[in-house]
Amino acid sequence: MNDMLQLHTPACIAPLELEGLGFHHRGQALLSDLCLRLDGCRRTLVLGPNGAGKSLLMRLAHGLLPPTHGRVRWQGEIPRQAMVFQRPVLLKRSALDNLCYALGVNGTPWRRRRPLAREALERFGLGALARRPARVLSGGEQQRLALARAWLLEPRMLFLDEPTSALDPAAIKAVEDAVTDFHRRGTRILMSTHDLHQARRLADEVIFLCGGRLLEHTPAERFFTAPATPQAAAFLRGELVW
Amino acid sequence: MRTGLTLATLGLMGLSMTAVAQDEAPYITLASTTSTENSGLFDAIIPQFREASGIAVRVVAVGTGQAFEIARRGDADSLLVHDTEGEERFVADGYASERADVMYNDFVIIGPAEDPAGIREAESVEQAFSRIAQAEAPFASRGDDSGTNRAELRLWDAAGIEPGGEWYRELGSGMGPTLNTAAGMDAYVMSDRATWVAFDNRQNLELLFEGDEALFNQYGSLRLSAETHPHLKHDLAAQWHDWLLSDEGQQAIAAFEVKGQQLFFPNAD
Amino acid sequence: MPQHDSAFATALALILDLDPALLGIVVLSLKVSLTAVLIAALLGLPLGAALALWRFPGRGVLVVVLNALMGLPPVVAGLAVYLLLSRAGPLGDLGLLFTPGAMVVAQLLLVLPIIAALTRQQVEELHLEYREQLRSLGLSRTRMIPTLLWDARLGLMTVVLAGFGRASAEVGAVMIVGGNIDGVTRVMTTAIVLETSKGNLPLALGLGIVLLGLVALVNAAAHLVGETARRRLG
Repeated sequence: MNDMLQLHTPACIAPLELEGLGFHHRGQALLSDLCLRLDGCRRTLVLGPNGAGKSLLMRLAHGLLPPTHGRVRWQGEIPRQAMVFQRPVLLKRSALDNLCYALGVNGTPWRRRRPLAREALERFGLGALARRPARVLSGGEQQRLALARAWLLEPRMLFLDEPTSALDPAAIKAVEDAVTDFHRRGTRILMSTHDLHQARRLADEVIFLCGGRLLEHTPAERFFTAPATPQAAAFLRGELVW
Repeated sequence: MRTGLTLATLGLMGLSMTAVAQDEAPYITLASTTSTENSGLFDAIIPQFREASGIAVRVVAVGTGQAFEIARRGDADSLLVHDTEGEERFVADGYASERADVMYNDFVIIGPAEDPAGIREAESVEQAFSRIAQAEAPFASRGDDSGTNRAELRLWDAAGIEPGGEWYRELGSGMGPTLNTAAGMDAYVMSDRATWVAFDNRQNLELLFEGDEALFNQYGSLRLSAETHPHLKHDLAAQWHDWLLSDEGQQAIAAFEVKGQQLFFPNAD
Repeated sequence: MPQHDSAFATALALILDLDPALLGIVVLSLKVSLTAVLIAALLGLPLGAALALWRFPGRGVLVVVLNALMGLPPVVAGLAVYLLLSRAGPLGDLGLLFTPGAMVVAQLLLVLPIIAALTRQQVEELHLEYREQLRSLGLSRTRMIPTLLWDARLGLMTVVLAGFGRASAEVGAVMIVGGNIDGVTRVMTTAIVLETSKGNLPLALGLGIVLLGLVALVNAAAHLVGETARRRLG
């Protein structure tokens, strides 16, 4: 892992700039006028009530959806990216073949796919399940497999959309450890969550969204101790925010 | 994935080749009627022709109307049908260069054994048809513009009757299906003798009337026009045409029997 | 009806005797239908998948037309192919009319819409589920097609079998373009029609039972493959 850290010094990841980003659907503004700059190799947690636009922000930034307003701009070479979804989408094949597939898409030579996939399975504690159909694994195992798949893609920027919201505490712990591992390897993290404790554990900085608008983008410590907006303060107190 | 696709394509090509490739002996395609095919006549005489000439004959057996159409479009090398009037028109229209009588069989009137219209004792086919119409007994007509259908309509015409109404049922089917239907609804029906003799599903049907000269059913062979359709196998087709008219061909026709009955009577000039 | 008893007896006798004429008819039936289905699958699977993935003007019309063509009467398909392959038609020079090749073309016309239309439906559903993940992996739509087809394979096998069922049961089209020529283009269904018209109902029904057995055999084989795959993949 050390050599990887040296290769991937945080400064090499191109900064991501969202310029006046907006997304309107059927005349409704789901996200509007969002300006944001992500740089370095930080763990940025996206917080906000339901319907604030957290998932949408992830998808726009990752390029799954084209924005209706503004643009997503990388300052420099677009880095390798991966995304882990709330409900992992796994192909109808064995766990091992799911990983080999991702490596194939990635252009990894055929001979190297299996050893690499095996290694990733071991790393995420799935070694014994290599031959099992991916879709009959438990929720936690499926999410770990999705993380293993992302791991193999060696992303410099990883998006995670509420990856733990359907998992039990042990599985949540495994996901959080994985996020930490990704970060140690020099991957920039953008992750949304509903779990404030989780955000406290993981966040270097916080983005707070409410009603499709960006209200705060601050270092984590300041956000949790002295939120700048009344909405964020109410959100942290566990009150309903509109 | 890609190799799999290539293999599948290769396999497919091989399969289609074998599916399309046939035995490559010289052959002609003969458009003819279901009555001749269904009786088994071709099964009896074509092997003899093949032995004599080395030419295979592929029979497409359809209604007379469709047989004319197939020949008109240039999809058959030779034509053997039973509608003398239509055949002569075909020659006059320039689609065929020559027509010759080959053989005849005859039509018979079939009906339920109880014979409700009483045609067994009729003196002529006209009288038989009149009695059926008077009794309004169910009558199954081919109704498919075939040679048999055309002959039947001429007989109604000769009897001065315009068939129609509940009792007259136009089926729009071949001879065999029409007989099947007639058996099912105890109807009178006119059939060529060959199909009737070979027909197995008679149920309550019996042969009730036969022998009138008006029921004479002439078959003719046509040589198709080399000018209209130069691509056809005219040489091979001519050999078939000539063989049918030759002593050998005529004897083969006369020798064909079903259940001990001769069905076709050669009458080439 | 005594005929039905003798039909089963006839079917049994047909199978046990291994009558060479019957064998020829069976082999030709399988060759024609399997070739038609194979070509239809090679064209229809990617076509249906492409139709599921791309949005373009006129797509809705195309989908409706394809769905409607699933109900194309075989006689109409046969007539269209007949006019196409007839000497007087545009492809007459190929000399395909009244050959097994013409029958393959006619059955292809009947099976292709079924495979393409049902593939579109299945792939569209799967694509809805996979879309974000595959795009996240960086797949273009063209590269998604093999993945989606492979992951939908169990459902698609049923689709292809439906196509095979239609091809092997069909009589109107192959009768017109094949001509039911003894030893050349006579297949199971046209032989059944011929025997029926001869009033030889037990033999016709016997042939029908043999045909049913063949189709059942092909389906059972496919089912077995499908079940094995299902058990392995969950």
